[in-house]
Amino acid sequence: MTTTESPVSLTGGATAPPARLRPGGFSRAARTRRKWYEIIGLSAPAVLVFTTFVLAPMGFAIYYSLYKWSGYGWPTEFRGLDNYFGPFGAFRDPIFIDALRNNGIIIAGSLLIQGPLALGIALLLNRRFRGRAVFRMLVFVPYVLAEVTVGIMWQLILLRGSAADSILNSLGLGHFITGWLANLDVVIWTMLFILTWKYTGFALILFLAGMSNVPDEVTEAAAIDGASWWQTQRHITIPLLGSTIRIWMFLSMIGALQVFDVIWVASTPAVRSLGASNTMATYMVDHGFNERQWGYGNAVAVILFVISFLAALIFQRFVLRRDIDGARTERVS
Amino acid sequence: MSATITLPARSRRPLRWSSPLTYVLALAVAGVSIAPVVYVILGGFRTTGQIAVDPAGLPHPWVWSTYANVLTQSTFWQQLSNSLLIAASTTAGVLALGVCAAFVLARYKFRGREGLYTYFTLGLLFPAAAGILPLYLMLRDLHLANTYLGVIIPQVAFQLPITIVILRPFLAAVPGELEDAAAIDGAGKLGFFWRIMLPLSKPALVTVAVLAFVASWNSFLLPLLVLQNESLQTLPLGVQNFSAEHSQDTAGILAFTSLAMMPAILFFSFAERQIVGGLQGAVKG
Repeated sequence: MTTTESPVSLTGGATAPPARLRPGGFSRAARTRRKWYEIIGLSAPAVLVFTTFVLAPMGFAIYYSLYKWSGYGWPTEFRGLDNYFGPFGAFRDPIFIDALRNNGIIIAGSLLIQGPLALGIALLLNRRFRGRAVFRMLVFVPYVLAEVTVGIMWQLILLRGSAADSILNSLGLGHFITGWLANLDVVIWTMLFILTWKYTGFALILFLAGMSNVPDEVTEAAAIDGASWWQTQRHITIPLLGSTIRIWMFLSMIGALQVFDVIWVASTPAVRSLGASNTMATYMVDHGFNERQWGYGNAVAVILFVISFLAALIFQRFVLRRDIDGARTERVS
Repeated sequence: MSATITLPARSRRPLRWSSPLTYVLALAVAGVSIAPVVYVILGGFRTTGQIAVDPAGLPHPWVWSTYANVLTQSTFWQQLSNSLLIAASTTAGVLALGVCAAFVLARYKFRGREGLYTYFTLGLLFPAAAGILPLYLMLRDLHLANTYLGVIIPQVAFQLPITIVILRPFLAAVPGELEDAAAIDGAGKLGFFWRIMLPLSKPALVTVAVLAFVASWNSFLLPLLVLQNESLQTLPLGVQNFSAEHSQDTAGILAFTSLAMMPAILFFSFAERQIVGGLQGAVKG
């Protein structure tokens, strides 16, 4: 992603430290060996931990997913791809298809609602005005709170006859009231609302950071040329924000694919099990962990992994490529 | 050093009051952001009876006993200290492993270096949740289920990719002259790393430390599977359990939830610059 060469220096640079100056005067071979000891010694712990606890589990998931397995001893009941495509496989379970659809709704909703919303708020809070720092701080609060707390909080507010309903009633909008968390047609949109409340702040942090990288000179020059505030934003700030927006889209997409916490606590297991609010991740934990269908649960894990990985690769290939190249040239400074 | 974590430069010009419309909009956005939080905090000062009569009302009279009960009788303190212990250990582990790996990737030239970097960035391409079931089985077989380490070590692993992505350009940007000067003074590469690199990279280390701490503090899925033993549970699990076990005690849940929010809000108000700056650094990569 970035170049790491240090600037060439008169003494020969980091790769060729003058041997004469080293106490003891190691031979060239000894120095090379020592370099490799250092490289391995310093990076091995990280490589080991990362490989064991992040990548290896995915390998195991693929293996386990081919079996029917209660989780003890080695799996022996080989089932091939039945956990995926068999008559009782994930792709034949309408509840899993619901989970896929719900993940789709959350991805689309995140990108189409949070993005424009955060962009608008970022333009607002990027203006210089007194008290801006306080407003920025308040707006970031939802993002800082733990997902579980957010889920419980909104559950309490949205339960039938709770605060949300009573506010709607007092606004004369009582006829809109429905079982926000119980109406099977509504609950996924309630979840999307909670997620939007929670994660718009994340997009906002990134957009404001991107805007702070837009040089003042550019916007000031536009202002001198007579551009209005809106014209400046429309033709200068937003286009310069392109790479930040694309990176946010990427992070948001990966995040939306693994949504778990908020839905796990804010929607009841009964509603989840009917497919009204479940996601791939909650479906996976419900079936794999809670019902001890380890083979089947791991098949869902593999599906989640493959979808995420493909989405990430496609996104990198077609959307992010320019940004990665951009980062490379930008780093020369 | 383009990797330096900075917030927008403070303008020397005195800030102006802006148009009323700006304030109205800003107030509306801030209101939507914190109204639910305020509701939860105030709700803890009401009785369940008050809440049932008027769900959206203000405390009348103010009741302190609910908060006092949560603070004295519940498992709150145990869970708070579990959360602290796990988050602090995760942060220490991420820093130790991450900075060593990032140093190698930034300051050594060797065959396979870019490959190693790409290997770590693979972790950013798929959600950590995908591997959670086999990870749980592995931890169980390693006898790490129901231990602090069973949460700490995997969290360190999850956090390594972003840590290395943030630290590497920062460490690479330290001028080579410093390294040569250290070599002339007789310091080996490791001495340079320990005595010069680490002190110099403190801002970036603070950033990745804060990100690791927050990620661990908010983490739910991994502790949910690994920490079945109640005495080991962290605050997010505690919030969920409390609300499940006291479902009739709305005021109690509100009080417990708002107390559970407090550390995060306090921490954020002190570390806002590092959190925001860290995400910025992550994006600039």
